[in-house]
Amino acid sequence: MSEIFAAKELTKTFGHGKHVVEAVKQVSFSLQEREVVTIVGESGSGKSTLARMVLGLLPITSGQMTFQGQDVTHLKDRAAYWRDVQAVFQDPFSSFNQFFTVRRLLHRSLRLLHADVGRERLEESLQYVGLTGPDVLDRYPHQLSGGQRQRIMIARALMLRPKLLVADEATSMLDASLRVNILNVLTDLRDELGMTVLFITHDIGQACYVADRVLVMENGLMVEQGSTDDVIFNPQHEYTQRLLSDVPKLHQAS
Amino acid sequence: MSRLVNAEHLRASYHTPDGREVTAVDGVSVHIDEGEVLGIAGESGSGKSTLGAILSLTARPPLYVDSGSLEIDGQTQALDGSSKIPRTWRGSVVSLLPQGAMNSISPTMRVRDLVVDVMRAHNRSVTKDEALDRARDRLASLDLPTRVLDAYPHQLSGGMKQRTVTIISTLLNPRLLIADEPTSALDVTSQKALIDMLLQMLEQKIMSGVIFITHDLPVLRTVSNRIAVMYAGKIVEVGDAEELTTAPRHPYSAALLSSVLVPEPAYRKMRVYGIPGAPPNLAHPPSGCRFHPRCGLVMDECHTEEPPHVGDQLRFSKCFWALKNPGQSVPLKAVTASSLSETDTVVEDDDDTTSRPDDEPSEVPA
Repeated sequence: MSEIFAAKELTKTFGHGKHVVEAVKQVSFSLQEREVVTIVGESGSGKSTLARMVLGLLPITSGQMTFQGQDVTHLKDRAAYWRDVQAVFQDPFSSFNQFFTVRRLLHRSLRLLHADVGRERLEESLQYVGLTGPDVLDRYPHQLSGGQRQRIMIARALMLRPKLLVADEATSMLDASLRVNILNVLTDLRDELGMTVLFITHDIGQACYVADRVLVMENGLMVEQGSTDDVIFNPQHEYTQRLLSDVPKLHQAS
Repeated sequence: MSRLVNAEHLRASYHTPDGREVTAVDGVSVHIDEGEVLGIAGESGSGKSTLGAILSLTARPPLYVDSGSLEIDGQTQALDGSSKIPRTWRGSVVSLLPQGAMNSISPTMRVRDLVVDVMRAHNRSVTKDEALDRARDRLASLDLPTRVLDAYPHQLSGGMKQRTVTIISTLLNPRLLIADEPTSALDVTSQKALIDMLLQMLEQKIMSGVIFITHDLPVLRTVSNRIAVMYAGKIVEVGDAEELTTAPRHPYSAALLSSVLVPEPAYRKMRVYGIPGAPPNLAHPPSGCRFHPRCGLVMDECHTEEPPHVGDQLRFSKCFWALKNPGQSVPLKAVTASSLSETDTVVEDDDDTTSRPDDEPSEVPA
């Protein structure tokens, strides 16, 4: 396993003067190839800001990011970066243009690719998420269920064969049964395509299920990181312990 | 414990523009005792929110209540439109905490303006100060800072907003509070705070009963006394929260339970499967047991016959399997067998290309 992505002392501040807010404070982490890493933390802990920086959607205040050995802190060609790094966002209901069919939506992402590989990729990536082209391509978003929409968003990201997929709360809006299906799709893709997945969630149950490693954030600080078994079943930091104790239990604590 | 609410034979349908009726709640009866929390579980599109709209007396076109009656404290109210629902019932007898309530506070008003509006809508003689005093007392008794009254919504965190709207919706001391997915948009820490607050309010007798609607079974297990599981507009199983989550007697409850992810060591190694397929289109519900196309324990009679009612009023399951295996719980393994998980990759067979949009009405809350 080799390192695919590394962040060193990433910091993001919003505002100026006395209204300054430090959303992410000196966060360092690295992602290995073929790894599923989860960032957990409550709302407002800076998880999404961090994800947006990793995606190159937010300028970085200070710190350094490298992707496959290249410095990507200040991107000149973001389109090229997005060929390798793709994202799936939280809300499958608002990430669609309502007036576009699925086909048109997916074609727009193909502009990042050569035209000749596009068509096969489209069918292929729909298959990975368990959909077939004729079923969904000519539908409008309102004709699809929440789970199908989120799968199409994943398929859209997959068409580009990203090396790194950032899933920002990609399953939070779905009910339990669909959520499991999406998580299974993500882990299968890791196995089949060798993708690295950065999965952001506030649900420790999901983190426990999919992640190889877990990073815990509180108020912009990375307070704990380590393998899933260590962090979830033997948490060291007081904040992680509190998060875990807040999770509603399905079975009586033994 | 005395009976607080008795709702019987509720049936409601959405009328589509092309003249069809989609029955989203079909023959549902629920009851709640004084001081009880009833949880209602089910997937998206199973009719949970529609049931909430009926019980909170907020059913509006295109949702029409076809039949049913609601009895609270001995007073009976027919819901089928034959008699007018007294305006005073809404808010002071039953109160609804709708889905996404936290995002419905006007961004240009302070919270206190909403408090005054709510109070004065029900009683014109209440002065501004009286209304605010009441809200302040309420906040203080629940250990929340009273400064939220002077805040604009954007100054409050999601969890705080949700707790604030919960308090406002119970300012008039309703007998019954219907909370529709109140915790779904919150992280675990705020979820816990909201649940603790609801239980504290019950204890202080601010309201006497709560119907808690969510798809999150672990949350329901912590908050509710009893759970009713809904599927395709019908209640398929009712039981004590503890008992239902440990020993479900309907395959659908078992399937819901098996797709829950909790941070326990066992989940590191095993593969969890969701329920294969999608909930049925209620415009053409399947014959017999509505869950049979997705059920791992399906038998011949399930295809054609309405499932029997097994058990008493407090603990029942509507299932042929439960009839043949009395007193047993459904084995979790059976409903999520790997053979089923293979069908899982296809969301629906697209013979029903035309029917997909019709699923929407069941999801549109009033």
